[in-house]
Amino acid sequence: MSLFNVFDISGSALNAQTIRLNTTASNLANAESVDGDETKVYRARHPVFKTLLDSAADGTDGQGSVAGVRVLGVVESKAPAARRYDPSNPLANKDGYVFMSNVNSIEEMTNMISANRSFATSIEAINTARDLLLKTIAMGH
Amino acid sequence: MFDNIFGIHERALLLGGQRISVIASNIANADTPGFKARDVDFTEVLANADTQSFLQAKTSSAGQVPLDAGFTSGDLKYRNPFQASLDGNTVEMPVEQAAFSAANVRYQASLMFINSRIAEMNFVLSGQ
Repeated sequence: MSLFNVFDISGSALNAQTIRLNTTASNLANAESVDGDETKVYRARHPVFKTLLDSAADGTDGQGSVAGVRVLGVVESKAPAARRYDPSNPLANKDGYVFMSNVNSIEEMTNMISANRSFATSIEAINTARDLLLKTIAMGH
Repeated sequence: MFDNIFGIHERALLLGGQRISVIASNIANADTPGFKARDVDFTEVLANADTQSFLQAKTSSAGQVPLDAGFTSGDLKYRNPFQASLDGNTVEMPVEQAAFSAANVRYQASLMFINSRIAEMNFVLSGQ
């Protein structure tokens, strides 16, 4: 029954969007992190989404045509970390500078809204598939 | 007489279920760079439903029932997006949501026809 695929597909989307929300939360929490060493300062993290093809079932039942999504990995942003002169900061380097994390709060907020919407849509797809399956099971009653 | 008791709705239910999972995979990949949204031409697939265009399990004796295979991945077509996106993704969420709810209603309609057919048959068989 192909409707059962919806649970796998949308479930994988829920998982991917949860990881995205987690990285967003981590980025926002560290938006104000500083470090005296440019290489050690916190850098914004973003998940990379990849289509998860159901290659095992590419055959006559149309299952090979449906695909979930998976997180290939989490990459760190390469945007430059801003430098700030703050000699009173205990983390400042010998010249009195600290490096700010390169998290862009506005970008993170829009990412959060997008992940939220995608999550809600996948939940809706699961609910619809569940309703249809329950009605199918009750066929003839 | 009972071979084709539910008419086209038997096929429509099978194909409709498959179509819903295809649209669900479009929705799941709404944020995947490079993903191309796909769908089936439901009318075309349903029209071909009775011909031999589907791969079917072989039946070696008269008593065996052929397996309904549904549509294959070859029947899937790519959606033309209204607006191109920078990351090559062609999923447009409102389009997919509309298609999803339309497929949902079609599925329920087929279910309803089948249910009323069963009710009719029950009525006839009860001999009142």
